[in-house]
Amino acid sequence: MTFDLEMAEIAKVFFQESREGLDVMESGLLSLGATADSENINTIFRAAHSIKGGSATFGFAEVAGFTHGVETLLDEMRNGVRPVTAEAIQTLLQACDCLREMIAATEAEQPLDQVRIASLNGDIKHILGEANEAPASVSAPPAAAGNETAGAGAASEPSGWRIRFEPVADLLRLRNEPTRMFAELRRLGAMVAHADASRLPPLDALDPESCYLSWNIDITGQIPRGKLDEIFDWVDSGCRLEFTPTGGSAPPAPGAKASAQPQAAAIDAGSAETKAVSPTETKAVALTEAKAAAPADADRSAPAGAPVQKAAGDSGSIRVATEKVDNIINLVGELLITQSMLSSFADGIDPNDLDRLRQGLSQLARNTRELQESVMQIRMLPISFAFNRFPRIVHDLSRKLAKKVELKLSGEGTELDKTVLEKISDPLVHLVRNALDHGLEIPERRIAAGKQETGTLELAAFHEGGNIIIEVRDDGAGLNKAKILQKARERALVAPDQELTDEQIDNLIFMPGFSTAEQISDVSGRGVGMDVVRRNINDLGGHVQISSKEGLGSTIRIRLPLTLAILDGQLVRVGKEIYIISLLAIVETIQVARERVNTLVGRTEVFRLRDEYLPVVKLCDQFGVEPDSRSAEDGLLVVLEADGKRVGVLVDDLLAQQQVVIKSLESNFKSVAGIAGATILGDGTVALIIDAPGLISSAAKQGAGAVAAHAA
Amino acid sequence: MSKKILTVDDSASMRQMVLFTLQGAGYEVVQACDGVEALEWARQSAVDLVLTDVHMPRMDGITLVRELRGLLNYKFVPMLILTTESSQEKKMDGKRAGATGWIVKPFNPPQLLATVARVL
Repeated sequence: MTFDLEMAEIAKVFFQESREGLDVMESGLLSLGATADSENINTIFRAAHSIKGGSATFGFAEVAGFTHGVETLLDEMRNGVRPVTAEAIQTLLQACDCLREMIAATEAEQPLDQVRIASLNGDIKHILGEANEAPASVSAPPAAAGNETAGAGAASEPSGWRIRFEPVADLLRLRNEPTRMFAELRRLGAMVAHADASRLPPLDALDPESCYLSWNIDITGQIPRGKLDEIFDWVDSGCRLEFTPTGGSAPPAPGAKASAQPQAAAIDAGSAETKAVSPTETKAVALTEAKAAAPADADRSAPAGAPVQKAAGDSGSIRVATEKVDNIINLVGELLITQSMLSSFADGIDPNDLDRLRQGLSQLARNTRELQESVMQIRMLPISFAFNRFPRIVHDLSRKLAKKVELKLSGEGTELDKTVLEKISDPLVHLVRNALDHGLEIPERRIAAGKQETGTLELAAFHEGGNIIIEVRDDGAGLNKAKILQKARERALVAPDQELTDEQIDNLIFMPGFSTAEQISDVSGRGVGMDVVRRNINDLGGHVQISSKEGLGSTIRIRLPLTLAILDGQLVRVGKEIYIISLLAIVETIQVARERVNTLVGRTEVFRLRDEYLPVVKLCDQFGVEPDSRSAEDGLLVVLEADGKRVGVLVDDLLAQQQVVIKSLESNFKSVAGIAGATILGDGTVALIIDAPGLISSAAKQGAGAVAAHAA
Repeated sequence: MSKKILTVDDSASMRQMVLFTLQGAGYEVVQACDGVEALEWARQSAVDLVLTDVHMPRMDGITLVRELRGLLNYKFVPMLILTTESSQEKKMDGKRAGATGWIVKPFNPPQLLATVARVL
């Protein structure tokens, strides 16, 4: 039981390792197209080889069988027997996908996609040019092969064997003890060994490490030939080794003859042929193997604990570098020291100790900050986890679109929060696909435009002022501003007489209404689902914008917070209440001049900021608190932006800016519209965090009509 | 005193499987994840048996066996290569490099123990 459980645990390591191996194979294969260096092929081969070995060992015969073909192909490639063609790479990439599914299915104990496996197997065989040959399967262990031979000869087993064993001089140096072999022989039957010392040189010429003896061994018993082969398996190359059946049925039956025949060959060519079994037999062995493996498989999954463990699988866990954990442990130690130092003051404070108290406090502050940073580090993963998918995506898509694309990645080591990383992955894929589909031109068009035939797509990640910036840059055709503006006007997203800057026009593509119906992909625009991309990024507390130069390309810039657990906040006061607004959402804060505020029909106030009318949101009304002043002129207007829309939020005062730890309101109380969460301030009071995107969209719904009416 | 075995494999799952099997049988086990690491370790310490995979990054198992045979401490230490190679060629390469024998993968724990018992 414990044995099975332990093996199941180790099998989990195998699954994880195989997935990593497949990633290695995939990225290796993708770079193989460019440079076919042998180290790279070797790495890919080793990964395939490990998967095959592991799957066979853990009893996943189908995975092992499939990987065998892949491995064979890779082996021929690395030995230079098989050319590295684009087709072969493509097939191998598909094989990686297939293996990934097989491994996932095996782990989840789901049935495998036999059709797909068979078809890919066919493709691989086709490349190997062995379509007609017997299916190569997991190599049967020598024991099985031996038994098979034994089975063939079983018809009339001799009652004993005479063995002539003349080892090479190196025998002892390789630590093949003849005495051990004799001990094993003795277990098979009564044995007498006669040492033949005729090869012994004179004493002064004798090398004590060499073996000069040979033996004539007589063993009696119904011993299958395979058993003997097994014992001498390791020493039969270069040795003179003869087996002669003795006693028993005088006229050797056909089976015995067959097993005796290879002797001559064995003497010259080593043992290679000794155990050679006819192809049909090999097949039979392989089949029994596969059958035997199946029940073993079922056994492995038997323990009752298994399904539960699997449910706890992937997503919940993080692999953390030991270094990071050590760092935290260190810091906690520091913290304890500081704490004990400070608590010693409780025994009566001497005014003279004030300096030491200050010192202690600043030390405490530093330790706490460092500890907090270190703990956050645990959740941090390099963005390469998201970037690693792109070589494959770009490879596949550029093939499909018949475009030539070079993908450049930079800043893969930039770390960001695991949750952010997981949620940014899909929007990034979307942006990359769009850039390939609509941004980069086909080679002919690029040449006609006087550009390099191969387009460049860059993915870059870097830190900037406490945020992570991810840029997706292409040197494609850029956005067609005229077309976009026309489209936006048609859809009434922009008023007919409204003047927009180039940047504003570009960013219209993120408007929800822009993407619904027909796309303008035939020209150069990008329409599909960009509003969804922006919404996802906004949900992460991030921000996205695009800048584009016609004919030169586009750059999409995503700004993300480092983490979702901590927020850079601006504290604002309304009456007696303090609220927190994310600094990322704040565009500017202004003192309002009376003449620039207009009250519109109803009670809506709008504020004219340069050429734009902003709806004014009064937090006092929103949350029912008593403010210092109800009119926009007396307060401060904080201009917030999300989803490309802006509003002015009226507050009484701006207080400090500080990092706040976000506490979920939902899990501690309930979800409240317009509030993203809460935090506890230094004095122990609770402050609510404003949900800027939520506030803006609700204000926009109320105010949009009024603003439009006023502007008109 | 229990016998000490050095096992070398680049695959973590194989290492764990071998470790679990050998420790369960009462052997003391030292592990390395490639030839370079194993050789470095071996220069300082002695073992009763070396068990190495063939395909590994940095230094493969065949080279490792050859290098180890050159060390005075390892002149007579049994060395087994773990290989999925069904071809005779790799086994012979191993022999020429100085391996005592081989274990063909896939193997199960009893097979591993039986093979180890042959040389220890």
